[in-house]
Amino acid sequence: MSMHNIGRPTRPEAATDIKPATLTGGRGLLQDEALLFERDGWDKTGVDLPDCPPADDLGDLVRGDPIGLPGLSEPEAVRHYVRLSQKNHAIDLALYPLGSCTMKHNPRLNEKMARLPGFADIHPLQPQSTVQGALELMDRLAHWLKTLTGMPAVALSPKAGAHGELCGLLAIRAAHEARGDARKTVLVPTSAHGTNPATAAFVGYQVVEIAQTDDGRVDLADLEAKLGPDVAAIMVTNPNTCGLFERDVIEIARLAHAAGTYFYCDGANFNAIVGRVRPGDLGVDAMHINLHKTFSTPHGGGGPGAGPVVLSEALAPFAPAPWLTHTEEGGFHLLEHEVAEAAQSFGRMCAFHGQMGMYVRAYAYMRSHGADGLRQVAEDAVLNANYIKARLSDVMSPAFPNGPCMHEALFDDAWLEGTGITTLDFAKAMIDEGFHPMTMYFPLVVHGAMLIEPTETESKQELDRFIEALRMLAQAATTGDSERFKGAPFHAPMRRLDETLAARKPRLRWRPVAAEPLAAE
Amino acid sequence: MRYLPLSPADRVEMLGAIGVSSIDDLFVDVPPAARREGVVDLPLHAGELEVEREMSAMAGRNRTAGSGPFFCGAGAYRHHVPATVDHIIQRSEFLTSYTPYQPEIAQGTLQVLFEFQTQVAALTGMEVANASMYDGSTACAEAVMMAQRVTRRARAVMSGGVHPHYVETTRTLAHVAGVDLVILPAAVDGEAAVIEAIDADTACVVVQTPNVFGTATDVTKIAEAAQAAGALLVVVTTEVVSLGLLKSPGEMGADVVVAEGQSIGNGLNFGGPYVGLFACKEKFVRQMPGRLCGETVDADGRRGFVLTLSTREQHIRRDKATSNICTNSGLCALAFSIHMTLLGEVGLRKLAALNHQRARELHKALSKIKGVEILTPRFFNEFAIRLPKKAAEIVETLAGNGVIAGVPYSRLDHDAGLDDVLIVAATEMTLPEDIAIFAHSLDRVIHA
Repeated sequence: MSMHNIGRPTRPEAATDIKPATLTGGRGLLQDEALLFERDGWDKTGVDLPDCPPADDLGDLVRGDPIGLPGLSEPEAVRHYVRLSQKNHAIDLALYPLGSCTMKHNPRLNEKMARLPGFADIHPLQPQSTVQGALELMDRLAHWLKTLTGMPAVALSPKAGAHGELCGLLAIRAAHEARGDARKTVLVPTSAHGTNPATAAFVGYQVVEIAQTDDGRVDLADLEAKLGPDVAAIMVTNPNTCGLFERDVIEIARLAHAAGTYFYCDGANFNAIVGRVRPGDLGVDAMHINLHKTFSTPHGGGGPGAGPVVLSEALAPFAPAPWLTHTEEGGFHLLEHEVAEAAQSFGRMCAFHGQMGMYVRAYAYMRSHGADGLRQVAEDAVLNANYIKARLSDVMSPAFPNGPCMHEALFDDAWLEGTGITTLDFAKAMIDEGFHPMTMYFPLVVHGAMLIEPTETESKQELDRFIEALRMLAQAATTGDSERFKGAPFHAPMRRLDETLAARKPRLRWRPVAAEPLAAE
Repeated sequence: MRYLPLSPADRVEMLGAIGVSSIDDLFVDVPPAARREGVVDLPLHAGELEVEREMSAMAGRNRTAGSGPFFCGAGAYRHHVPATVDHIIQRSEFLTSYTPYQPEIAQGTLQVLFEFQTQVAALTGMEVANASMYDGSTACAEAVMMAQRVTRRARAVMSGGVHPHYVETTRTLAHVAGVDLVILPAAVDGEAAVIEAIDADTACVVVQTPNVFGTATDVTKIAEAAQAAGALLVVVTTEVVSLGLLKSPGEMGADVVVAEGQSIGNGLNFGGPYVGLFACKEKFVRQMPGRLCGETVDADGRRGFVLTLSTREQHIRRDKATSNICTNSGLCALAFSIHMTLLGEVGLRKLAALNHQRARELHKALSKIKGVEILTPRFFNEFAIRLPKKAAEIVETLAGNGVIAGVPYSRLDHDAGLDDVLIVAATEMTLPEDIAIFAHSLDRVIHA
């Protein structure tokens, strides 16, 4: 008797390949699901509402023509979305090792807390005297974020990591402008997330790249050469996108400050150091914190996130509105305009006060882990990544073999050389083995990059299962078994999708008149 | 610790496999000066019960919208969300997945986005829509940046009816993007006044309907004037339920429509997370910000969906991207889409009619109060009134009496000289007795 790698006994003879085609084209219990617009829902509704007399006070402002929105009864709607959901991979199903994304377990307590009516059913503009508990939660979250980062101030309102970057650079620009020092460039390492240069450009800066050393860190000599009176900020991710801690980070900050340049830290990888290293001790002036990464708020298929930004004393006066302040009576007050102590604020990042629903979830998570648990989070995240790196280094090629990595292990595609198999092929074959692929082709500085971030919420057993699968795939790749890679995935809900076709003939919505089916080219 | 699966024995074994003796050996790259021994000065871990107790106590110190008469709007609206919506968005496969970078195992999210884009396009009367933005205000700011790219002009005009938070959010970006933002003075019925402000350098005009004072406007003539000058018309809507009753911006000639989608499927949540809608004419699609989902086929020729036109986006274009945005508001967009699917056109029209009806009842009740002046000429579910005293003070007094009376305009814009203006909204959640209590209390406070 052999064992399937999740431990279930299997008889080898049962694995024979007799697969008669189904009569209906069905695929077992995995249901195909038509588009909402291809059903018969044009006059249906799944909500019972009373009829009202037609409006007689709006004249020709009333909408006449059909809107084009189909409806479904409740049972049909539930089935539509449940069928669709089953075509998704999720952390709750298996490891989701997307480097740079920190796909960790999302505790359900967070969800329960966010749904307490006292947090969910309050309006952002009802009198502040009626929402003191909500303001207190924001104040506590701010206290935790400031304490964990060792920074004196935090702007809570940015709605995502990239929005936080924008907030940080806007504060930096405002600080320079306040001194009449209009600087024009921002330095960004070649390994940076795409959002870094995009944000700098959005804020009106020229982007100049800083080179990287052979051991995956910022090239200090190149940085020093490029710093000057025109450089507004440097944006450095730490731990960086190669999964490495910037050993010279304190020196980077010193050099920047000596040139009158602010140090923006991309905090996407804070999970690796939370509770062990405070960015404030490294000389950071501004850093965003992705609550949806380090602090476990759900990724939700691509948002919503939240990206509070911690700020140094120098940048704090320029923080965006609103400002949370304490009243003399021990209560809380939101300062919503650029007045009083917020007079130098650069303005607003968004309407209202930011992602309250995410604040509640993140606070529930921090409070659960506590100071001790959060430190253990960083340690286990780093331990898991190094364990993967150690156990795969003999079959794949680590991009930076010397020394430990932080919370993610980076491999290049040197080990695939001559096999005809690419990083993309390898990733797609992982899907067939039951795993979400790692981040591919990022960072750009490593050829065919494969960036694996397991996070701390994986058990050793799950890591071993993942490692075994990758070892088997690596073995197959290097011994000429290229079939399983080139056409992969074979066992997913869909085969490989034609992204070139989608971009060349953009079809971005369903249209009432049936279009010719797209055909692969 | 309940969220950490590694046992002490696992940790020892794994350190051995790595070939180090302690966890500190994995943090050697941290400069010694920055290594922290021991835990930071914060409380230690807590059980689920303790966390629940502490947080429930904080939640209990807030007055919920459902606990009494409630009339706040001004960009966030209290609507009924069907139970199905919250059930579906908590399914693991939607809640705990990420951006569909691997489309073969993310068709659920992708098909939802494709359907969402189609629903938003239909609702706004536009040709295409993206997969959502952070919220309505950031979508508004991005629309102005997009108009700058499309027209290669640097002047934008904002009407005096646009929500002040949207104006401020746009101003923040305009300042660094070199856009000359012309902000017209607050005006209850001033959308049409923007026509005079359009000139040959104008990239876009931004108008809101229904506007922040609740005024519904036919923007057709503004669209004609803008387009005659080579400018784009950006229409903002903060209450999308209105589109079940009012002419769509597309029908009136809008080039870009941005909206706050919170009203459909999403609760108040003290201001976020919400979902920004962004729709435009198809010819501008390559200048659009944000994610787009498109149709394609797989290797077997079966229809499927992928993220597309990503050459506009930061992860490919870096400093040449149309925006730095890297996420959408996925789960809120899903909630929007499920609720819209349950409503359908039939339900949306009924919901809109009911909202309008409730607001008319509120209007009728408040009109009878001596000293209250109704300012809004044509409205959907929200309108502005002028009070004989400062609105903020009256609201505070009424809150003490258990009535959340609305949003004082001064809360949004403190120096517009409109301290006596109150914005009130009614929805399908508003009961006739709520209106009666509000009217009675307001009358008493005014004439006390």
